[in-house]
Amino acid sequence: MTSAPSARKKSGGETERAELLSPRELRGIIETVLRLAKSTEAVETEVHVDEVADALTRFANNGIHQNVFEHVVTVSVRTAAGGRTARATTNRLDQDSLRAAIEVSLSLAHNLPRDPKLLPMPGKQRYRKVNRFIKATAAVTPEDRARAVRLACDLAAKKGQVAAGIFSSGISQAAVGNSRGLFATYSETHSQFSITMQEDPAASWAKADSANVREFHPQKLAERASEKAHLAVKTQELAPGRYTVILEPAAVLDLVGFFFYDFAATAVQDKRSCLNDRMGKQLFGKNISIVDDVFHPLQKGAPFDGEGMPRQRVLVVDRGVPKNLVYSRASAKAARRKPTGHGFALPNEYGEAPMNLVFSGGESTVEKMVASTDRGLLVTRLWYIREVDPYEKVMTGMTRDGLFLVENGRVTSAVKNFRFNQSLIEMLRNVELMSPAVRATGEESFEMVVPAMKVRDFHFSEVTKF
Amino acid sequence: MANSMWDFCTNALDTAKLRGASYGDVRAMHLRQRDLTTKNGQVGTLAQSESIGIGVRVLANGAWGFASTDRLTREGVAACAAQAVSIAKASALAKRSNVVMAPEKAYVDSWQSPFRKDPLEIPLETQLALLLAADAEMCKVKGITLTETNMQFRKIDSWFASSIGSRIHQRKVISGCGIGATSFQGGEIQKRSYPNSFGGQHALEGYELVESLELMKHAPVIAGEAAALHAAAQCPEKFGTLILAGNQLGLQIHESIGHPIELDRVLGQEANFAGTSFLTLDQLNKLKYASSIVNVVADARLDHGQGLGTFAYDDEGVPAQCTDIIKDGKFRGYLSNRETAHLVGLDRSSGTMRTESWNRLPIIRMTNVSLLPGTWDYDDLIADTPDGILMDTNRSWSIDDRRYQFQFSTEIGWEIKGGKKVRMLKNPSYSGITTEFWNSCDAICKFDDWTLWGTPNCGKGQPMQTMGTGHGAAPARFRNVRIGTAFSK
Repeated sequence: MTSAPSARKKSGGETERAELLSPRELRGIIETVLRLAKSTEAVETEVHVDEVADALTRFANNGIHQNVFEHVVTVSVRTAAGGRTARATTNRLDQDSLRAAIEVSLSLAHNLPRDPKLLPMPGKQRYRKVNRFIKATAAVTPEDRARAVRLACDLAAKKGQVAAGIFSSGISQAAVGNSRGLFATYSETHSQFSITMQEDPAASWAKADSANVREFHPQKLAERASEKAHLAVKTQELAPGRYTVILEPAAVLDLVGFFFYDFAATAVQDKRSCLNDRMGKQLFGKNISIVDDVFHPLQKGAPFDGEGMPRQRVLVVDRGVPKNLVYSRASAKAARRKPTGHGFALPNEYGEAPMNLVFSGGESTVEKMVASTDRGLLVTRLWYIREVDPYEKVMTGMTRDGLFLVENGRVTSAVKNFRFNQSLIEMLRNVELMSPAVRATGEESFEMVVPAMKVRDFHFSEVTKF
Repeated sequence: MANSMWDFCTNALDTAKLRGASYGDVRAMHLRQRDLTTKNGQVGTLAQSESIGIGVRVLANGAWGFASTDRLTREGVAACAAQAVSIAKASALAKRSNVVMAPEKAYVDSWQSPFRKDPLEIPLETQLALLLAADAEMCKVKGITLTETNMQFRKIDSWFASSIGSRIHQRKVISGCGIGATSFQGGEIQKRSYPNSFGGQHALEGYELVESLELMKHAPVIAGEAAALHAAAQCPEKFGTLILAGNQLGLQIHESIGHPIELDRVLGQEANFAGTSFLTLDQLNKLKYASSIVNVVADARLDHGQGLGTFAYDDEGVPAQCTDIIKDGKFRGYLSNRETAHLVGLDRSSGTMRTESWNRLPIIRMTNVSLLPGTWDYDDLIADTPDGILMDTNRSWSIDDRRYQFQFSTEIGWEIKGGKKVRMLKNPSYSGITTEFWNSCDAICKFDDWTLWGTPNCGKGQPMQTMGTGHGAAPARFRNVRIGTAFSK
């Protein structure tokens, strides 16, 4: 794992990454809180330190209009005593403020009824290492981002189009420790480029996300969005109904991301999951397998959860059958299972969730899916997706930024955007082809590893005016 | 704390000027929050947090830069201001044109939102006891499989200073509270919430908001409805008359009027994320947005009520205002800021720049975008409806990226026949095109049934900011609406 101080180096322009906490300083804050808590009535104490240094350059109308940087360190303290626990968070790092956070936590907890199910904090754990701190990303400057944006805007102007989007880069680091000797730390870099190219009245979109800024090419993304926007200028209106759809990975992600909570053991125990009474049954097609795997090379995130428990790889769906749930320590104890390292920081009412879903995927490509389709729709992106029916997992939303008619194996025209009302369970029964899974990024779900999909009988209920 | 915050503001402005900024404004903020939840009779979340820091926005070389830090030392703040200037100069490498700001006066003022009971001074024991008691009432109802309650309180101090000489301190106290009961039965999940879904009611008020809600009275009612919904008839699919309860109408206003009037969306500044708007500049003062009984304002003034969009000054130092949005059905105004006002022929910002916190750039936001009360008594409205469906409390909401085509579903519906509520309907939903829908409005209830609803979770901007907005609404009737689409096969 690369340590944070390397980010202090400058490259070209003026770096935004000055003075991040060193690993020693991170650990020092935790040790200070634990030491201060010893002189209080806290029987156990847990400390989280999170630091973010993020920059984002935003452009619209072929120019930068917003350009921001933030640097935040938060310290969050949970105390436990007599079956009572509560959390207090501050971003003031002086000793008086840290002591005050401990006192607030104790004071909050003091008012609680005793919880006989409250578990003692976990002891020292072992963690598998992951390296997601990329120096090249940490070294990106405002000038670097501005130059990339300038190129994209120049392309738009040359094509008679209008560009809007973002280029972001940043560093985050986190540490958790408790009075029973647990200590874990993690740092990562992140970068995103997203672009919408508008050619009146149409628009199209492309986006990439990676820990490594060198793994995507803003100009290629701009070119792709530009080409698709041009293709989308002349639209025809089709009648709503059931269509075969080819969903690009971003569209798949933003739909299946809504399964996020359903695989949580607490959601099933609360009977608010679509998997109530469905575990072990053939719910999806046999071509659907899903794991939660923070260690997958295309994933990001810390290898530990909100209590500092090591994240495990969990097979949640095996050939269409929901096999396993993810567990926090509390939900695992209630179900007599082992915790899987997916718990949120305590106290909370949601328990846990898989944060790193990886779909098995297939061997097709979007091009092959198009070529194999007599009549269907190619979907670039979906928008404003919300849950209509939590048990059948019916989702509604709109297509956006490029919906294309496929006829006889080729794209023939653009189509006015549709509203869909589609059960995700039914959708995952109707998957005919999949590409290999990729790190997808959209706007409705956090990033996951999912394929493009060809799906039959996707339900579009209404059409909009553009 | 105030003195040191003003010192930091001055320090930041001085540094920015020295580094070449032609304009600068600074927001030092201290945010305090308490969150309480219960679930199935147990305390879920119990947490308190504070966040303090400073955000510096500057114009240099005709372009914007913004930097923020929580290192509140003289050196930390100066470095942050210098960084904002450096970022602005980088922005200028790819600027389209120089930023021009509408003129605004300098203000020196201090304002505090009114409240009767400071929620952070109310004993936690009292707050938890109320939530646990309401939770227990819902648990008693047969068929209920999940009960949830919540309270959230925020106290926000902000110190705004700008290079034109403004020095404005504001303190806002915000309270929120709600309860919900869920029933899983026979392969179906049904839920009822009070007084609204997604966290209940939120307002710029103290603990008196919580006390006004009468949770204990409503807990068994909504729990009973959640359990009863399983046996209720499915909402039919048809075109028909729709009556929306005020809480649902508040969200309808938010999505189909509040967002499309944001001038940054109209001008393409949100094209990559939140989307654009069908309200292009040529529509102003021309479009018949709604029927002639519809009047909508964006009003941040205290006179309008204590909503989530109420303040004395926006985060650009512009005083709170009331702007006509729809007057007698005609489209009359946008939400603007100092940078965009001149683009719609205004000589002044409408005062809608708001920021989530010290580490976010202020952006154009809804204030209290409200439908003004009409002339109908609620009972008369029901009695005047021979055949219709009343929909109450949002369950899902979705609208396209230009804010034309929408679909909403609600937790519960009631069939109205012969001027009376005759039976409960489950899975109600409706959909439409924004202007067609608002032009079909033929009755709006009086002020007696008007509530300034709070939407605490409006997401916009990159990086994402969550903002609270207010929406005054009374029940209203709409004709020939497409009903039941969400569950069409």
